[in-house]
Amino acid sequence: MSGLIEVLVNGISSGAVYALIALGFVIIFKATEVINFAHPSLLLAGGYAVAELHDDIGFWLALLVGIATTAVLAALVEMLVLRRMRGRDHSVLSIVTIGVDIVLTVELARRIGTRVLPIGDPWGSAVVRFGDVTIAQTRIAAIVVAFVAIAAFLLAFKYTSWGVAMRATAEKRETAALMGVRLGRVSAGAWAVAGVFAVLAAVFLCVFPTPGLDRTVSFAALKALPAAVLGGIDSTTGALVGGLLIGITEAAVIGYQGDIGLFSHGFADVAPYLVMIVVLLVRPAGLFGTREAARV
Amino acid sequence: MSRKLLWVGAAVLLVLPPFYLDAFWLQSGLFAMSAAIGAIGLNVLTGAAGQLSLGHAFFLALGAYGYIWLAGGDERTAGIELTGLGLPTLLAAVLAVLLAGLVGGLFAPLAGRLRGASLGIATLALVFLGQHVLFRAEGVTGGANGRDVPPLNVFGLEFADSPEPVLVLGIPFNGLEKLWFLGLVLLAGAAWFARGVLASRPGRALNTIRDHEIAAGALGVPVARTRAAAFVLSSMYAGLAGVLFALIYRRTVPDTFGLALSLDYLAMIVIGGLGTVGGAVLGAVFVSMLQPLLTRYADGIPFVAASGSAGPSPAEAARIIYGVVFVAVLLFLPTGLAGGLSRLTSRLRRRRPGTTPNPPASNPSREESTA
Repeated sequence: MSGLIEVLVNGISSGAVYALIALGFVIIFKATEVINFAHPSLLLAGGYAVAELHDDIGFWLALLVGIATTAVLAALVEMLVLRRMRGRDHSVLSIVTIGVDIVLTVELARRIGTRVLPIGDPWGSAVVRFGDVTIAQTRIAAIVVAFVAIAAFLLAFKYTSWGVAMRATAEKRETAALMGVRLGRVSAGAWAVAGVFAVLAAVFLCVFPTPGLDRTVSFAALKALPAAVLGGIDSTTGALVGGLLIGITEAAVIGYQGDIGLFSHGFADVAPYLVMIVVLLVRPAGLFGTREAARV
Repeated sequence: MSRKLLWVGAAVLLVLPPFYLDAFWLQSGLFAMSAAIGAIGLNVLTGAAGQLSLGHAFFLALGAYGYIWLAGGDERTAGIELTGLGLPTLLAAVLAVLLAGLVGGLFAPLAGRLRGASLGIATLALVFLGQHVLFRAEGVTGGANGRDVPPLNVFGLEFADSPEPVLVLGIPFNGLEKLWFLGLVLLAGAAWFARGVLASRPGRALNTIRDHEIAAGALGVPVARTRAAAFVLSSMYAGLAGVLFALIYRRTVPDTFGLALSLDYLAMIVIGGLGTVGGAVLGAVFVSMLQPLLTRYADGIPFVAASGSAGPSPAEAARIIYGVVFVAVLLFLPTGLAGGLSRLTSRLRRRRPGTTPNPPASNPSREESTA
């Protein structure tokens, strides 16, 4: 029983982190109709900034700098690359982010090399015990931070003028522009917010029980991509549900991999994609995605 | 007339390398040919039909390991029990290509229904699944250490090094020299077939689906089936590229067929030009020759560091360069290097006095009509 609870809490915790990343994909898609394949490199950039700086200026200040850097970097990608390609085919817009990802990831991976950089977080390897259930503090911190960040975003999305502008843009770009919404600002803002979420996720991907940041951390963003897609790439609810689903699946596979048999070792890396394939076979637009109704 | 001369000249140039270049360049060139075949296939899917695929590496792996398993025999190396069917190698090569197509067909429920970048994400699953299976199914793939590739044997002509190689014009013809001509034949066939597909009904159907799905449906194009067919065709091209790849390197390891390889292929067609056969070939040559060039001449290039010192290694430098070119081409040269090149030559031809300019009807690009 305690094993199950530990699996569930760990699953929800990494699910919350995946939800942060998946929400980044969804925000960018809603604002610009682009699937941002450069997200893994943004996540790596933020994590790298925090890991490099925390020794000199302390963890919290480093986190702030990391967030600011990544937000600016993300907004720059939007302004320098995507904005110049407006009006081109959407699949081409998504493809160009792959090129951005190649450049950024190679350069960051080269800087990191084979090192594992500690992230310098205040929780360390401390654990909390409830009876015979043992949970790392970092896991609880991940849930709390993700919850606060996502709640803040959803409130802003609903009540601030930026949120209204963004929803209007997602609904119909031309009409929104005619109503005085400045599309450039909305898009750049969306990219920046997605960048912020990516850094928060990067931090919690590199804390205990993980030893630190290495060059493969960006693959976590690729695991959150199925989360965004199976929830529905244009649905914030979908990103949260998808993230949790992927997180719990992964934790369950790791927790019980001894019982699965043959291809068990390393299966946790593949499980998210299998879940996505199954969902897409039944619902091609994802669980909560908008189904396009076109009849010929 | 001058066009025909150009083709003859190109053919002569392509036949010469085995007589003049060493094994390093022959292997790099052969790798570029295999890449070109794979890139042509991806360009039919991603360029012509607008369907993104990040799973190309998986189908290359199917071709390569399919061939090895079908042609290889049961053996035991380094403590791993390897299995194989031991079929004639030519039959194994054909079956490996069909196997890639078959698996591509199994993916049809998704390949037909998902559109553009969404398919790209779904095909990510194939790459990661493929990696997982390649590392675990040791009996077939040899696990992380890889497995030797049985040399191809076509009606008695073996594409391998022999102790007493045949001399052709005084040059010993070993495995690579023979493979060079096989590669040329395969590439020419692959390019010819894809040109036919793209220039006729199926190609037009794919372009219409890419540009306006609903309009395509209204015109009577079976959208899902056509998309799935494009996916199968591109899988088979990848399978063929995989077989050739295995034959060139004589040993394959699972690490080769990761996500990075899929991105390489995507870079090839983007840089060369989306949707055309010439673009795929040009891009494949650019991307696959970049690293060998940088490796050979690392000392002479200020930006690239020689091994051991700081700065990007040739492999990293190659990826950074083609990543930058990737983005720059999409920003400034939407038709890719191939499109840019043909525009440049047609402009030069017009400038030259005494020659008649191309009539706009035969070359209806925007620049022509404003000039």
